[in-house]
Amino acid sequence: MTGYFFVVLGAVLVNNVVFVRILGLCPFMGVSKKLETALGMGAATTFVLTMACGSSFVIDRWLLQPNGLEYLRTLSFIVTIAAIVQLTELVIQKVSPLLHQVLGIYLPLITTNCAVLGVPLLNVTLKYNFVESLLFGFGSAVGFSLALILFAALRERLEGADVPVHFRGTAIAMITAGLISLAFMGFAGLDKYK
Amino acid sequence: MFEAILVMSVGAIVLGAALGYAAVKFRVEGDPLVEKIDAILPQTQCGQCSFPGCKPYAQAIARGEAEINQCPPGGEDGIRKLADLLGREFKPLSAEHGIEKPKAVAVIDEQTCIGCTLCIQACPVDAIVGAAKQMHTIIAEQCTGCELCLPPCPVDCITMETLHETVETWKWKYPVVTLHPAANLQ
Amino acid sequence: MTTPLRSLFDFNGGVKPDYHKDASTRLSIGVLSAPTEVPTELVIPLHQSIGGTPRPIVAVGEQVKKGQRIGDADGDVSSAVHASTSGTVSAIEMRRMPHPSGLSSLCVVLETDGRDEWIACQAFDHKLATPQEIRDYLRDCGVVGLGGAVFPTHLKLNADRQGGIETLIINGAECEPYITCDDMLMRERANDIVRGVVLMREILGAKQVRIGIEDNKPEAIAAMQVAVGDCGDDLQVVVVPTRYPAGGAKQLIRVITGIEVPHGKRSIDYDVQCFNVATALAIYEAIGLGRPLISRIVTVAGNVDAPRNFDVLIGTPIKKIIAACSPLPDTNRLIMGGPMMGVEMPGDEVPVVKATNCILLGSNKIFPPPAPEMPCIRCGECALACPADLQPLELYWFSRAKIFGKAQEYHLFDCIECGCCSYVCPSNIPLVDYYRFAKSEIWAREKEKSLADEARDRFEFRQFRDVRDEQEKSARLAARAAAAAAAKQLATTDTVAIPNTEASTEANEKAALIAAAIARAREQQVTATPQNMQQLSAEQLAEISAIEARRAEIREQAKPHLPPDA
Repeated sequence: MTGYFFVVLGAVLVNNVVFVRILGLCPFMGVSKKLETALGMGAATTFVLTMACGSSFVIDRWLLQPNGLEYLRTLSFIVTIAAIVQLTELVIQKVSPLLHQVLGIYLPLITTNCAVLGVPLLNVTLKYNFVESLLFGFGSAVGFSLALILFAALRERLEGADVPVHFRGTAIAMITAGLISLAFMGFAGLDKYK
Repeated sequence: MFEAILVMSVGAIVLGAALGYAAVKFRVEGDPLVEKIDAILPQTQCGQCSFPGCKPYAQAIARGEAEINQCPPGGEDGIRKLADLLGREFKPLSAEHGIEKPKAVAVIDEQTCIGCTLCIQACPVDAIVGAAKQMHTIIAEQCTGCELCLPPCPVDCITMETLHETVETWKWKYPVVTLHPAANLQ
Repeated sequence: MTTPLRSLFDFNGGVKPDYHKDASTRLSIGVLSAPTEVPTELVIPLHQSIGGTPRPIVAVGEQVKKGQRIGDADGDVSSAVHASTSGTVSAIEMRRMPHPSGLSSLCVVLETDGRDEWIACQAFDHKLATPQEIRDYLRDCGVVGLGGAVFPTHLKLNADRQGGIETLIINGAECEPYITCDDMLMRERANDIVRGVVLMREILGAKQVRIGIEDNKPEAIAAMQVAVGDCGDDLQVVVVPTRYPAGGAKQLIRVITGIEVPHGKRSIDYDVQCFNVATALAIYEAIGLGRPLISRIVTVAGNVDAPRNFDVLIGTPIKKIIAACSPLPDTNRLIMGGPMMGVEMPGDEVPVVKATNCILLGSNKIFPPPAPEMPCIRCGECALACPADLQPLELYWFSRAKIFGKAQEYHLFDCIECGCCSYVCPSNIPLVDYYRFAKSEIWAREKEKSLADEARDRFEFRQFRDVRDEQEKSARLAARAAAAAAAKQLATTDTVAIPNTEASTEANEKAALIAAAIARAREQQVTATPQNMQQLSAEQLAEISAIEARRAEIREQAKPHLPPDA
């Protein structure tokens, strides 16, 4: 049980997918201008990433490995993820047009979100079982959402700040992201308690 | 090799079928982008953008058929908002579509008006009251200042009057820190 | 009368500035409305209350009497204006307003005749009147809130409410430094105020009445207690601790009743209504004496030798009352209102209006120019001082960066602009100026947006109508064409022998109709008498018949030269 807990905790804080593994930076910079978009994007990514981890585990374990087709891993994962993203987009558009409007172009971008491909591939490398894969995917997604929400809140305040002209916009956002990343290094010792 | 192709194509067929089903099942009508663009446009309905009204212009922008700098009443501010919404580059107002003017309303000189109803037919927002051979007048609150009633008038009795700031429409100014030369500080 | 021991409540925040109230309370209220003191020209702005601008109902050159209505309320959220003295209307034109913008607005200019003749005043019996009649009467008497907000009183004094209200609060707190007009009014005219309060209580059906006065006005408290004791009704004078802004309506309600009116609600939702003492007096004068609101008490204070309160006719140029107080030579600005909430006046020729409670003269000595604004250090002093429980530092952050949506989320519109935050700010930030800027900007944008929405709706309806008309027209044409085709078919099958009869008879019928119409028109022309001939003198009629005869003659002469059927 504690093992599972540390899988999630490690994914959320210690090896935060954005700040420590430096994955998924494009939606991180792109969708963090407003808190509500960040929340929506976080929710969508959480759903997609968890689904992607589960399905890619199934494909890898029961389709690719028995047939010795490990070299197709990246390709088949991408195709699966793309399909899941499309499905999510269609459902969101129908169920919550507002969220769909808010997410806009970034929803299809989840397809190319390197975090969503990276985490299933990490699952394979770390040799996680099915439940661990799901939890790791979920934890990473929560970590991604946490990063996004923290950063969005900071950027909302930054918008009113007296930033020197040449630092305005993405430049100051990058610097801020770097500082948060440094702060997240402070969690590094946490999983030593394992 | 053969297995790989088989696996990928089976995967593609299964996923494709699922997506196709979802696309039919969760189909959404309407285009939210047009509404968003339309909300930014000033609703003058003046046609200076070369489209018959603000909505058609919004649709043209959404389809990528029109530039965002064709709306003189919206001014620079409007272009900036459109650029923000659509992620396009800001462009100065295109000169062929007109220049930005202060907001004005049309006024009919009631002495000269002959009651021809031509301006009533031209007004896009039904802001002119009158009937054949009766004097016409403009409801100032509803006039958008589009100037479409000027050309049809056979006796040129319509003029545009710029709206001036009144006590009711006056706005508090942004507080500005006045800088004094150091010598005056004492 | 025994006052039961009552516990008071408290509001958060507030400040304790120097009050400077003694100087202007040494002398009794000066009367500038006496016939001999009336200036030769009064400028009465039409727009003096919140809401629509009243329409002028007098013409240039018209004689008016004191108290005669000169502007009619425009709609329900508006209030009438009246001539402050008798005289002649010399102009209805744009004059500079006592407003920080220095812009002009429509005013009735009155050339006074010095006779100060009243109209016939008749008391109004509110007990026989319906709630609607009371509202209309107060609106036409021009009674507005005299605490400074000039909200039309008839909208608040609503007798329609089932079961009345719980508490009526009369605001005599007058918390702002320098201003003493309500203090002096309570000292000198406590009985009339109490009569007004009793009237209000009867109209509102209030179960209890509390008159809140700050404890730095012992004379006013004593006078009001005597008046309350004399009136026989169970009103209560409540002494509230002196702290700025205890005189704010929401703050006073909280201190007296403990009710905190939340965001988006009004005090009436909690069965409480609050009026200023001067408004109570105006209601007594309107209902009890039949006199409209034409004068008010104005404090002149600050950089003057003899600060004092005056009873001033609405429309008196402020330079006239300033002159009565011998202003000091280093005066460099005029403020309407107090030092915390007042606004600077564009000049000394602007008139006193219903909102003018104080005219404060400033100099660099009394009010030194503000120190340069420094960055916000987020110390939180302003949040501690804010009596509306807002976060001034956040409001400032968003107003300054023009992020208006966020400022509204932080309840910018609950700000009462009391100035406590600016007063305590260690960085000397003019916070209220930022809020005022953001508020007026948001108002303007919302107005623009609602106009755009209306234009869009009207445009869309017009398009819909065009399409509908087009469809109806084509349907009509199609129906007619079908009918014609059917008739033709009928004609060809039935009456083969005489083709075209149908068509020709139709044409004949049409021609006959037109001929009949022309004949009718001719007949009417002969028999009809023009409308403008009904009320004419015999001479004029004779002249007209002579002209008609001449015309007939000319027609006779012209006959041979005209075509036969003309």
